[in-house]
Amino acid sequence: MVRLRGAVALLGRFPALAGVDLDVEPRRVVLLRGANGAGKTTLLRTLAGLVAVANGEATVLGVDLVADRKLVRHRVGLLGHATGLYDDLTVGDNVRFWGRAAGAETDDVEHALTRLGLDGRLRSVAVSRLSAGQRRRTSLACLIARRPELWLLDEPHAGLDQDGRDLVDALVREATAAGATVILSSHELDRSLQLADEVITIAGGIVTRDESSGAS
Amino acid sequence: MTTQSSNTLAVPDSTGSRGTRIIGVLALLSMAALALFGLVLSPPDASQGEVVRILYVHVPSATFAYIGCFLTTFGSAMYLWRRSRWWELVAYASAEIATVFTAIVLVTGMIWGRPTWGVYWVWDARLTSTAMLLLLLLGYLAVRRLPADHEVRTRRAAIVGLLLVPNVMIVRQSVQWWRTLHQKPTLLANGVGAKIEGLMLFSLFIGFIAIGLVFTWLLIHRFRLAWLEDQVDEAGLDVAIAERRAEGAAS
Amino acid sequence: MLHDALLIAGKDLRLELRSRVALNQVLPFALLVLVLFAFALDPDKSALTQATPGLYWIAVLFSALLALQRSFAIEAADGNRDALRLSGLDPAGIFVGKVLAVSVQLIVLEMLLGIGVAVLYTTRIEGWGLLIVTSVIATASIAAAGTLFGVLAAGLRVRETLLPLLLLPVLAPVLIGSTRAFEAALNGSPSEGWPWVGLMSVFALLYIVAGVLGFGPLLEES
Repeated sequence: MVRLRGAVALLGRFPALAGVDLDVEPRRVVLLRGANGAGKTTLLRTLAGLVAVANGEATVLGVDLVADRKLVRHRVGLLGHATGLYDDLTVGDNVRFWGRAAGAETDDVEHALTRLGLDGRLRSVAVSRLSAGQRRRTSLACLIARRPELWLLDEPHAGLDQDGRDLVDALVREATAAGATVILSSHELDRSLQLADEVITIAGGIVTRDESSGAS
Repeated sequence: MTTQSSNTLAVPDSTGSRGTRIIGVLALLSMAALALFGLVLSPPDASQGEVVRILYVHVPSATFAYIGCFLTTFGSAMYLWRRSRWWELVAYASAEIATVFTAIVLVTGMIWGRPTWGVYWVWDARLTSTAMLLLLLLGYLAVRRLPADHEVRTRRAAIVGLLLVPNVMIVRQSVQWWRTLHQKPTLLANGVGAKIEGLMLFSLFIGFIAIGLVFTWLLIHRFRLAWLEDQVDEAGLDVAIAERRAEGAAS
Repeated sequence: MLHDALLIAGKDLRLELRSRVALNQVLPFALLVLVLFAFALDPDKSALTQATPGLYWIAVLFSALLALQRSFAIEAADGNRDALRLSGLDPAGIFVGKVLAVSVQLIVLEMLLGIGVAVLYTTRIEGWGLLIVTSVIATASIAAAGTLFGVLAAGLRVRETLLPLLLLPVLAPVLIGSTRAFEAALNGSPSEGWPWVGLMSVFALLYIVAGVLGFGPLLEES
């Protein structure tokens, strides 16, 4: 599923990842822990095929990222800090656009909107008028509509209310039940530790601890 | 740290070498010869008089400015196609030198135009397209010198560089039609393209050699300078990775 | 590629319908330029009427710069570039889609600007065939070159100043060509205009090919 060996990723001239070794089995939920600046976001962006692997080996979903990282992009779903939404379009338009771009059918789009509770009044509201939490929900709907095989969630709980955070956890469980793999970073430790099968700690751009939690 | 020490060994401490020193001396000698033939030994032109002497610098400069543009486009293509950083640096270095030569062409052309046409600037097809060439080159250099990541700069500049020669060709064509559809190109008939022979032809020949040597000398030095800048950037990387890993191991 | 292009073009046009930036800002700007030309050139003398085709295309060119800035401003916000790269959309399709959307907006702008010129400068319009073909080819040229250089400047702090520096010298042949072709049409001698249409077609083709091939690499490493 995911296999990194000594992976180095550069942000400009700065080695954000300085030789990461990582193995993730299919249908697992992996929690990334680490302080700010440890390299969590860069690791997720590297796995999504956005950041180049400058050195080492990296395979995600059977795709060799060193050879051609573009091939993995349409098969993963990345929820980042930035939402990637068009402010002047409505919630419905945004989810439909990003869903259809990834080849989703109308049913997938409708299912995603319903699942995130965006099928009512919010559907025809412009994204510029949404609260931060509602934007987060819209991003999640775009992600679900894509039906990704690998979910990469960068602090998915941030900015959401209690219901929203419960919904994220439910979606993660549904995703693994349906065969997907999830890697997430979160500062909501209690919540995430319950969710995760494995915990990986990173610092200074390398993995410093790799452990299984709970049933493995 | 072995890679670092090998880097220091591979990197010279100046951009000069025996080859460039020989080219430099030859360039100086041929410049002296150009001054001798161009200013003293060759006769004034029958129709243009003494003004013709500036063409011994003007025409070769134009030729090498164009050669610089072709090198930029070719180097950019090789960078995009083969990921050759060597060619990328050739493209960058030639663009800078082509810019200088294009400026020389414009200035000498205007100095030549003042006594010939009575004004510094006419909307002559060649002058206009040379001015456009200068603007296109400045556009390339603006992208290449962006305050952004190295990869961003080189890649975007390479696209501009790749389009440089096609752009120049279309601009030249349009400017030529623009002028000639409305007035006959009378200025060109007894202008730069006029026939010359004898000692004047020989002076022009020396001009090509002298300007060509200067162009080559500048190009090699500018290329080596850019290469060294790259090496300095590169050398820091191993250290940066080690520092980053230490930060992780300490925590 | 066509599916992706239509998806992007549809999205950009829908976005314009909802935000109305081109309608509320770019179009008034274009009309303002027409009025400013009349202030700069005495409208009672023949200078204005003689220069009409050139002034028209200058107004189009400057408005196109604004429309292009807008076309990339909507992609610059909040991680859109990453989202586009992750989307699985063909970069060539994204390029063609953005060119289409910009072209549609420019064509509408050109028609309204043409009415403005006819009314304000009392231009008598003749040679419709040449005028229409020239407009279509010139618009495609401006949109294709503008979209290529637009993504080149996108994501940089200096993008507002870099785009005109790169684009305007490159578009010089299009300005010359469209102006001469319009002159030929309005003077009732369209045969002089068609070679310019040919030259602009070569230009448009060059930039469409360059965009289709170059958009992928340019979308990377922002």
